[in-house]
Amino acid sequence: MSGDWPLYEVFVRSRGGLEHRHVGSLHAADSRMAIEHARDVYTRRQEGVSLWVVPSTLIVASDPAEADALFEPARDKIYRHPTFYVIPDEVKNL
Amino acid sequence: MYTQALDSPGKDPVAATGEAAERFQARVDADEKIEPKDWMPEAYRQTLIRQISQHAHSEIVGMLPEGNWITRAPSLRRKAVLIAKVQDEGGHGMYLYSAAETLGVSRAQMVEQLLSGAAKYSSIFNYPTLTWADVGAIGWLVDGAAIMNQVPICRCSYGPYARAMVRICREESFHQRQGFEIMMTLARGGAAQKAMAQDALDRWWWPSVMMFGPSDADSKHTAQSMRWKIKRFSNDELRQKFIDVTVPQAHFLGLTLPDAHLRLDEVSGHYEIGPIDWSEFHAVLKGNGPCNRERLEARRAAHAAGEWVREAAAAHARKLEDRAATAQHQERGSP
Repeated sequence: MSGDWPLYEVFVRSRGGLEHRHVGSLHAADSRMAIEHARDVYTRRQEGVSLWVVPSTLIVASDPAEADALFEPARDKIYRHPTFYVIPDEVKNL
Repeated sequence: MYTQALDSPGKDPVAATGEAAERFQARVDADEKIEPKDWMPEAYRQTLIRQISQHAHSEIVGMLPEGNWITRAPSLRRKAVLIAKVQDEGGHGMYLYSAAETLGVSRAQMVEQLLSGAAKYSSIFNYPTLTWADVGAIGWLVDGAAIMNQVPICRCSYGPYARAMVRICREESFHQRQGFEIMMTLARGGAAQKAMAQDALDRWWWPSVMMFGPSDADSKHTAQSMRWKIKRFSNDELRQKFIDVTVPQAHFLGLTLPDAHLRLDEVSGHYEIGPIDWSEFHAVLKGNGPCNRERLEARRAAHAAGEWVREAAAAHARKLEDRAATAQHQERGSP
C-alpha cells in the first residue's frame, strides 16, 4: 500500500431543522466516494438526512495551548447572562 | 465488537514525570476528556494506539467467522440480519481506526501491522464457526462479553475513543439479541437442533470467558490504565459480571454450561466457575489457535484482491482533479 486516501471529516444532519454535527472521519479517494462511505459508515440506522464531508486538511483548529487566551476573557463577564440582574419577584414578564 | 485486554508482552508503560504530566493526570482525575491536540504522556499515547488498533483489528477479523455463514443462513430474514451485523462490525472497525489515527498512527501502518501478523486481535476469532448455532452463540456470548467490556470504555479519558465506543455500544445490543434469538429458536426446536445449540455453547463458553484477558494477578497493564481512566474495571471484575448475567440466560435456554465446578455462591450472589485453561488462551494468542493462519490469509487475500480497486479509485480521483484544474485554467482565459 503506497499510502492512505485523503482523510475527510464527516458531519451529519440528523433531521431537518437541526445543524450538521461532527461524527467522525474516514478515508476516500475523492469527495463523491467520501459521501458514499459516510453514508455506509455513519448512517446505517437512519442517523441522518444530510451529510457534509470536508477534507481534514482544510479544517483550521484553535490550539489547546491558546485556550486560556481565547476563552478566559469571557469568564468574568457574567453580566452577559440574564441571571446577573436581580429583579424583584413582583415584576412579571421580564 | 470486541476489545480484549491482551496484555501483549510489551514494555511496561513508564509513568511520565514533570509539570505537564502532573497537569495531565489532574485533568484525568477531574474526569476531563483528553482530545487529540492536547498534551499527553507518550506512554498514554502508545497504550491507546495499541489498544484502539487491536480493537479495530478485532472488529475487522471478527467479520470472518460470521461471514462464513452468510451464504448458508437458514432463511432470508436470518441472512439479512447477519449481513447487517457483519456490516456493523466493519463499521466499528472504521470508527476505531479513525479514533486511533487521531493519535498520529496512519491507517496504512495499522493495516500493515495486521497483515504482517505484528498486531494482535481478540483471540476469540481464531475459533471456527462449524454450525449455524455458532452464529447464535457468537452473538449471544461473544458480543455479550464485548458489551461488558466496552460499556465502561464509553467513559474512557480519551475523547475520540470514548465517542467511537458510544456509537459502537448503541449498535452492539442488536447483535447480542439476534444471537440469543437464534439460540432460543434452536433450543426450542427438535432434539437435533437443541443438540446443535448445546454443542455451540460447549465450544464458545470458555473462549468467551477468556475474552476478558488474563486474571488480574497476571495483568500488568491494568493499574496504569486505570490511573489513566482508559480502563475502569479489572479483567476479573468484568469477567465475573459477564458470568453472573449469562449463566441464568443459559438456564433459561435449558442448556448446560460446560463447567462441572460451576456453582452459585449463595452468600455473595455470584457464580463461581472452575479453573480457566490459560495455556489455551496463550497458545491462541501466540498464533496457534485453530484458525489463526486462515484468518490472516483471508485478510491478506482480501487486501491483495482489492489492490486494483484502490488503484482505480485513486486514478479516477486524479483524473477529476486534473479536469477541474484544466477547467479553472480555461475559465481564467489563460492559453
